[in-house]
Amino acid sequence: MSDLSDLRMTDAVRIPRRRAAYAPSLPLLPLRVSGLRLDIAQGALLDGVELTLPRHGCTVIMGPNGAGKSILLKLLHGLLAPSAGSVSWNGLPATEATARQALVFQKPVLLRRSVAANLDFVLKARGGDRARRDALLADVGLAHKARQPARSLSGGEAQRLALARALATDPEVLFLDEPTASLDPASVQVIERIVGEACARGTRIVFVTHDIGQARRIADDVVFLHRGRVAEHSAAAEFFPEPQSQAARDYLAGRIVL
Amino acid sequence: MQDIGEAFRLALSLVLSGDADLFEIVGLSLQVSLSATLIACAIGLPVGALVAVSRFRGRGAVLVLINALMGLPPVVVGLLVYLYLSRSGPLGFLGLLYTPGAMIVAQTILIVPIVAALSRQVLEDLHGEYAEQFRSLCLTRWQSITTLLWDGRYALMTVGLAGFGRAAAEVGAVIIVGGNIDHLTRVMTTAIALETSKGDLPLALALGIILLVIALGVNAGVQMLRMSAARQASLGAAHV
Ligand SMILES: Nc1ncnc2c1ncn2[C@@H]1O[C@H](COP(=O)(O)OP(=O)(O)OP(=O)(O)O)[C@@H](O)[C@H]1O
Ligand SMILES: [Mg+2]
Repeated sequence: MSDLSDLRMTDAVRIPRRRAAYAPSLPLLPLRVSGLRLDIAQGALLDGVELTLPRHGCTVIMGPNGAGKSILLKLLHGLLAPSAGSVSWNGLPATEATARQALVFQKPVLLRRSVAANLDFVLKARGGDRARRDALLADVGLAHKARQPARSLSGGEAQRLALARALATDPEVLFLDEPTASLDPASVQVIERIVGEACARGTRIVFVTHDIGQARRIADDVVFLHRGRVAEHSAAAEFFPEPQSQAARDYLAGRIVL
Repeated sequence: MQDIGEAFRLALSLVLSGDADLFEIVGLSLQVSLSATLIACAIGLPVGALVAVSRFRGRGAVLVLINALMGLPPVVVGLLVYLYLSRSGPLGFLGLLYTPGAMIVAQTILIVPIVAALSRQVLEDLHGEYAEQFRSLCLTRWQSITTLLWDGRYALMTVGLAGFGRAAAEVGAVIIVGGNIDHLTRVMTTAIALETSKGDLPLALALGIILLVIALGVNAGVQMLRMSAARQASLGAAHV
């Protein structure tokens, strides 16, 4: 389905660029989360989340459906306000932190315009270089779809466009919420390579996935969420062979997580 | 009273023969109502968009007000515009009373609330879908509004159409501020009212037929635009 000749790397995601809108003086990381809670009327969706992320690397967040992974990403990115506790990006103001990050949503939200125009929009709004658009599209294998209305893309294509759009903002932290959930195997490889390269040049990656093989390939550390709490946070090298929590053991073994 | 069939026959022959008086009236109607629609969109769309993306104290009251203004009785609007534009009124120096300008003002006032209220609804739904993405991108309010207006353009076209429909069909306001003066401020609705009361049914019917055809034609045009846009876009966009 996807044209493999389009799935090659180009310079668009290799060249490190600084964002024009913010000239960051201080690094965004480390991230310190303490006592984080999010309540709704029926109870707490997240509770007592403690988390420290070092400056570099790729953190994978795992956990069963409804554990609170997407909610946690939105809290970290500053889209939701916590009911209690704090999210501190190296002490920087929350709005600045949001502006220096990007989030690829679990359900891509694309504008009612062409594929190319979706990228132009972000490049323009964030003061980026519009000339990068074609290279970004080629990176995610959508060069041949540039003129097509974005909302007529297939599920996997839409996710790849959402990733290209996130990269277009040159984020220092890139949140990805199951970005390969509906991709074919070749596209999964491409996305993992793009994300890996971004990580290698210093972009902090926070990646939610249910794909255990993928998590093994990309994770430096794993946060395991269970019922709105961090059940476990450990280095990937320790997590996969010897998960500490019962919930993580069940999850990795493919059992129902109670 | 003439036979209805006879009246229809005469009306059709008036339309088909391209009667000059008839088409002067039609032309002025279109000119007035289209101008009012454009001005009302220029005012109402930004208002609707601003309310759609903003959360502020008293927002509920603003919504109630805009919705209430949708039901403004045309004759009351006509009366108020008349009072302002009459020679002794505060805007009398403009000399607009009994001109097409006054009619445009009255129709604009009538349909601004319609455009604002309907566009607010359309854009708020769209914003519900886009809001998180906008916040993630740290868009300014202005960027959010212009993006919503552009992405909602096909739905907003029907909003403009609703405004145009109301403007073109109303008679109470324009008859007060325009005066239904022949060759100057006589539009389709006021002419129909006058000719009917005079008993000249063929002319009234001819105008009525044209008014209907225009309403149908504009609706069909917008529908076609939306459909071709939907074909180009996705199946999903057809529901927008
Ligand atoms: N707006 C909301 N109102 C009420 N409950 C919500 C809301 N948003 C999320 N939830 C609930 O919070 C819980 C966590 O949701 P979240 O989307 O973070 O799950 P997740 O870990 O990302 O799951 P998945 O693997 O299915 O994506 C779910 O049980 C969900 O039903
Ligand atoms: Mg989720």
